[in-house]
Amino acid sequence: MLVAVVLVVIAVGTVVFHVVSPWWWTPIASNWHIIDDATLVTFWITGVAYVAVILFMAYCAVRFRYRKGRRAAYEPENKRLEWWLTGLTSLGVIGLLTPGLIVWNEFVTVPDDAAEFEVVGRQWQWSYRLPGKDGVLGASDPRLITGDNTFGLDPNDPRGQDDVLIEGDDLHLPIGRPLKVLMRSADVIHDFYVPHFRAKMDIIPGMVTYFWFTPTRTGTFDILCAELCGVGHHTMRGMVVVEADTDYQEWLQGQSTFADLMARAAPGDAVKLAADEGRGDAAANGNTRSGSDRPSPINR
Amino acid sequence: MAYAEPAVVDHAPPAEVPEVELYHAKTWLTKYVFSQDAKVIAIQYSLTAIAIGLVALVLSWLMRLQLGFPATFSFIEPADYYQYVTMHGMIMVIYLLTALFLGGFGNYLIPLMVGARDMVFPYVNMLSYWIYLLAVLVLAASFFTPGGPSGAGWTLYPPQSILSGTPGQEWGIILMLVSLMLFIIGFTMGGLNYVVTVLQARARGMTLMRLPLTVWGIFVATILALLAFPALFVAVVMSLLDRTVGTSFFMPHIVEMGEQLPYGGGSPILFQHLFWFFGHPEVYIVALPAFGIVSDLISTHARRNIFGYRMMVWAIIAIGGLSFVVWAHHMYVSGMNPYFGFFFATSTLVIAIPTAIKLYNWVLTLWRGNIHFTVPMLFCIAFIVTFLNGGITGLFLGNVSVDVPLSDTMFVVAHFHMVMGVAPIFVIFAAIYHWYPLISGRMFNQALGLFHFWVTFIGAYLIFLPLHYLGFVGVPRRYFEIGETGFVPESAATLNEFITVVALIVGFAQVVFMANLAWSVFRGRVAGRNPWRAVTLEWQTAEVPPGHGNWGPTLPVVYRWAYAYSVPGVEDDFVPQNLPPSQVKAADPSARAAE
Ligand code: HEM
Ligand SMILES: [Cu+2]
Ligand SMILES: [Cu+2]
Repeated sequence: MLVAVVLVVIAVGTVVFHVVSPWWWTPIASNWHIIDDATLVTFWITGVAYVAVILFMAYCAVRFRYRKGRRAAYEPENKRLEWWLTGLTSLGVIGLLTPGLIVWNEFVTVPDDAAEFEVVGRQWQWSYRLPGKDGVLGASDPRLITGDNTFGLDPNDPRGQDDVLIEGDDLHLPIGRPLKVLMRSADVIHDFYVPHFRAKMDIIPGMVTYFWFTPTRTGTFDILCAELCGVGHHTMRGMVVVEADTDYQEWLQGQSTFADLMARAAPGDAVKLAADEGRGDAAANGNTRSGSDRPSPINR
Repeated sequence: MAYAEPAVVDHAPPAEVPEVELYHAKTWLTKYVFSQDAKVIAIQYSLTAIAIGLVALVLSWLMRLQLGFPATFSFIEPADYYQYVTMHGMIMVIYLLTALFLGGFGNYLIPLMVGARDMVFPYVNMLSYWIYLLAVLVLAASFFTPGGPSGAGWTLYPPQSILSGTPGQEWGIILMLVSLMLFIIGFTMGGLNYVVTVLQARARGMTLMRLPLTVWGIFVATILALLAFPALFVAVVMSLLDRTVGTSFFMPHIVEMGEQLPYGGGSPILFQHLFWFFGHPEVYIVALPAFGIVSDLISTHARRNIFGYRMMVWAIIAIGGLSFVVWAHHMYVSGMNPYFGFFFATSTLVIAIPTAIKLYNWVLTLWRGNIHFTVPMLFCIAFIVTFLNGGITGLFLGNVSVDVPLSDTMFVVAHFHMVMGVAPIFVIFAAIYHWYPLISGRMFNQALGLFHFWVTFIGAYLIFLPLHYLGFVGVPRRYFEIGETGFVPESAATLNEFITVVALIVGFAQVVFMANLAWSVFRGRVAGRNPWRAVTLEWQTAEVPPGHGNWGPTLPVVYRWAYAYSVPGVEDDFVPQNLPPSQVKAADPSARAAE
């Protein structure tokens, strides 16, 4: 009896907790509410199964508890019942998978008009690069990273000269436009994660990873690292400010470009680097180059 | 349905091979220490696994203290926290669960349940244990090295695992990798034994389709392990070379803290594929033995044949096969080609079907049974609840797009604790209580067992259910502290305190469990033969506890399947597998009329 009562309490209690608990997903600030919808479908289908199975067990625990003289039924199998259950489960799985895959298709299909920007992770800070007037990001290579050129940009690439570099400061993004995040890491694996945007993706050193989203709400949101990256993992935070396009453009004007920074660092440096043959080659041929070829409307 | 009837034939096929003389220990040392008897090896494996598992349990308290009361315990630094996480996870998954299910229960139960005198390669079996012990010692030694154990997370992802931003980079990671190599070598020696014993040493009449599901579970899990561990082995060897001699298997060009490192050209994602090609089957290496044991225990304590035995066997085999084509569901947001997501989400959700069938069949075994709520049965029911819960959240994480927000959050931590932490541990408890009278000859204390059950079951549910919701909020896993954010409400801190308190209480209940077992070895009521009135062979040995060679002068002969409970027309509600049909007592007609 006790067992049955506890099982009922678990089934009912779990549902009640689900409904009244103050812990639920953070208010969304991107277009990925369809991920939330797929999650809700999953909750419904699996929730019904969960409650049904546990309540059925509770019923069995009462109805078929040990009684002296009772004999259990001897029934090695029941083909019909087994096929019914298999069929029902398969239906449930199809019900889960269909929305899941439809949303995934959306997630992996980056819109053609998505504007690109770059997130760079290193132990344990975030920095960001936005394309300049030309709308494209210049080439980069980790071999070019120095104390002055922390992004490892190729000083010989004219497309990179006007790239806007943000280090140790908040990232700003314009609202309402699809954005493709290109991500690079200088050292270990990190993961660019903004709970309000729902989306996240690992950043693998040696390659450029990406995902896309559209900010749909203005505000300031936390950026976290979601992949263990050493002792400072939990301190690797940042802020992203989503704002109206005009505010964004205004903010952008106030930021320094790669050319500004190189000039400020040491006027001769960029030239010296370019003359360094091996490094120049690496930048040109490195398999880890990043940079876009297509004008990006982020700075229209 | 002919297969499943207690095939009443008095004749069993003749033995195909003559018996091989066993190794007979002559000294105390070869009998109890360097023993070649699978039962002794099983106990050695189990005690070692539980001992190192206790270390992992203590580490979980330390982590919970930090999460529940951040900035309170000055001795817990971030580096310590990451070391706790890593060692806790690795010990629990590999050195406790894998070792206990296969090395412990596998060794004890396989020979007894299939009707063999011992494993087929007893000497190699003994070596298996000693190498495992060495692996445990090497791992434990890392606590005492300069820099301490590795803090790379149990997944050991390079480049981070071998770079200086991660604690334990000096010695910890090297010892961890060496220990894993030893573990795999030791396991392989045992694993070959389990497989060959099941295939070659079954008693006369013990057809594959008469095997108890426990044996099926352990058998298929061992095959999985033999196929999956090599992937981990190569990943470990390559990581070790990257760390020690400067190769770049998994290392691309890296700039660490502004300094250019002499690595280049390797692939961090390759490591993840190798790791999870092992890591996902690993979940089933733990789960399948648990599935098997639960099936047998439910059947015995509900006095009812397991429902749908054939389906159960095929489900075990199907799950085993499918578990090799789902690994990248751990990598949906790893930066691998996103189109893999379509395939792996599909294969992952397909594997849910045979898994669900198994769950239904356990519940349907209770249905129309005559359920004794013994401590083992209670733990089986708790297993069904937590496994169902964890299986369901697995459908969230397997369903690629739903995984994106949840991946790497506390939701994942809650999920895998339910499904492969709590659920298999419950089976271990059930199994220990169930076979305790066989192994020790005595009964455990019932009241303490019930106390242990209720505290552990309710406690574990209270710990891990709310944790899912912190994942929904967006709290990442492996965080020393979440600190100030704009999205985690104040109330989360209260929840964390609550979880920590419950975790400590549950931890205390385990002390009661161990005290119960230790006390009952000496003071427990003498259990007598077959106290649960079970049909499987291990309860039908010549002596209790079973002696050297298990069966006395003659090997058992098997006449029926492993689920002859409440067979119509038979007086008792169980018929042992080896009871000749001529000795089965028919039911008293007057008693039947009363039914
Ligand atoms: C009541 C018992 C347990 C408690 C309170 C507990 C608690 C924890 C905590 C607090 C973490 C770290 C979460 C984080 O910061 O990411 C963790 C991680 C983990 N635990 Fe447990 N745990 C328990 C039992 C188990 C068991 C039985 C297993 C067996 C599978 C297990 C396997 C793991 C694994 C694999 C990790 C991940 C380690 C990593 O992230 O590298 N735990 N546990
Ligand atoms: Cu990071
Ligand atoms: Cu991190």
